[in-house]
Amino acid sequence: MTTSAALYDCRDSFAETVEALAQEDPRVVVVCGDSIGSSKLVGFKERYPDRLVNVGIAEQTVIGVAAGLANGGKLPVVAGASCFLTARGLEQLKVDLAYTNANVTVCGMSPGVAYGELGPTHHSVEDIAWLRAIDNMVVVVPADPLETSQALRAAVAHVGPAFVRVSRMGVPAVYDASYKFSLGRAARLLDGDDATIIANGTMVAPALEAARAMAAEGLAVRVVSMPTVRPLDEAEVVSAATETGAIVTVEEHSVRGGLGGAVAEVVVSSVPVPMTILGVPHFAPTGPARWLLDYFGLNAAGIAAAVREVVKRKVT
Amino acid sequence: MSGYVVNDNGGGRLPGRVPASLPNQERARLLADAARRLRARELEMVSKAGMGHLGGDFSATDILAVLLLGVLNLDPGNPKWPERDRLVVSKGHASASYYAALCARGFFEEALLWSYMAPCSVLNGHPDAKRVAGVEANTGPLGHGLPIAVGMAISAALDGSARRTFCLVGDGELQEGSNWEAMMAAGHRGLGSLTVVVDRNRLQQGAGTEETSRLEPLASKAAAFGFGVTEVDGHDHLALLNVFECLPVEAGKPSFVIAHTHKGYPVSFMTDKVNWHHRVPTDEEFAAALKELG
Repeated sequence: MTTSAALYDCRDSFAETVEALAQEDPRVVVVCGDSIGSSKLVGFKERYPDRLVNVGIAEQTVIGVAAGLANGGKLPVVAGASCFLTARGLEQLKVDLAYTNANVTVCGMSPGVAYGELGPTHHSVEDIAWLRAIDNMVVVVPADPLETSQALRAAVAHVGPAFVRVSRMGVPAVYDASYKFSLGRAARLLDGDDATIIANGTMVAPALEAARAMAAEGLAVRVVSMPTVRPLDEAEVVSAATETGAIVTVEEHSVRGGLGGAVAEVVVSSVPVPMTILGVPHFAPTGPARWLLDYFGLNAAGIAAAVREVVKRKVT
Repeated sequence: MSGYVVNDNGGGRLPGRVPASLPNQERARLLADAARRLRARELEMVSKAGMGHLGGDFSATDILAVLLLGVLNLDPGNPKWPERDRLVVSKGHASASYYAALCARGFFEEALLWSYMAPCSVLNGHPDAKRVAGVEANTGPLGHGLPIAVGMAISAALDGSARRTFCLVGDGELQEGSNWEAMMAAGHRGLGSLTVVVDRNRLQQGAGTEETSRLEPLASKAAAFGFGVTEVDGHDHLALLNVFECLPVEAGKPSFVIAHTHKGYPVSFMTDKVNWHHRVPTDEEFAAALKELG
């Protein structure tokens, strides 16, 4: 695996992919609630004006209309700011999509703390907890542009509802061109047996950076990218617990109920080992997105500190 | 209920589709008889299950009978036929009347109705499209059906298809804001293939709609949202047929049909009684209601 210094906005990858999907399959339509600019749908609108269904600022209707379009044989891709789409449309996500098994892909744009100074009203750090609690809902948090594109394609190909987070915050490419995303499968990016970092989304790159820094300290840290939070790759979690004896999870999401919660549910019922869950513990103070990540210790230094601490708690 | 016995009140099997080739007067007569038999079956289903929403079932039965047995272009042998008309029953708690009417239209065997709300029955208290043929959308939480119906109508427009979408909503349900979001979108797009039918029984769970959170002037509100609006007696089968056969109400607009109904109609001790929202009849009430239904 290689990393590059360039930073990418995954929304560009989303836009390019959804336009390609529309070209490949006439059933693909995009549903949004006014967010044409912020979801980077200007190009789609130019190419496929009739297939961009903009219902106005109305998240419940965005999801309901997508369910109705799916009933009519369309393949709807919903795009909207994750904070509003998942909170305001939650019951529709549960009933109209998941309980109905509607073939709809929902893209939560600009999630986590990407909206920085706009504040906790615009942060989306509960979306994964909410959605992964819903039966029959696939939940994916891609780490870079390549994974965003592949996850979007996999979600559209999947029969049933899926939620894909599309990051706005600049991320480096963490996968090389040979990477093949598979729904429900983790990717082991670095091997090691002293501890495991399980990360997704924007936190995969700093997890790798932390592990590489700790190698110099003599700690062999495994890094597992876990893009699919539901269904979780439980076998990879059990391997991490069994073979490395300590786990740190890290995500741009609340410490309650997200990737960390999902991993902990497997760990406590299979191979209980010391764990630390890194994420957002409370409503954020005012500050730019990247500053907020540092504030919450969601960077290589914070991850490394957590790994050193969890290793001390290992049962030997 | 302990004294429950399966009814054989002379209704026999539920009726099927009423042929469109007959004169409307004759169709209306057949639909009235169908609705009578459907109500008897709903009464039995709810009594056997020991739960349900009879008041709303009865207010909606005539509308559902006319739509499912007289108006909608459906193929029960191929329930997912892409060009079928769509019916979304947004007031999903009226499931007994919905199931009975779907059954009468031929989507499943009558024996299934007796499993209504029994453990592991596919006939949940609220409809599940995954498990019940003919059901188009999973409803129950209020305010979900209309946005879905708007999506169905947009889908038909994208396909250049003449298939129609009907959405039956309860009137109390219109207090949910999602309906008005969806109505804005439908009006804005001029979705002429979409018809909203309001079961205007004027009662919600605990009180009247007008004393809870006023809906009136409902017709002018819907018109302001871009709908062609008409009002009809929701228990008059001929009037309902005539309305549904002259859609859209206004060219280039979605239609909003306010069907004036009565909760619990036509059983004397249930009609317009708010406590029959989800009351289950006693043995005596069951017998009396069945007798009134004829």
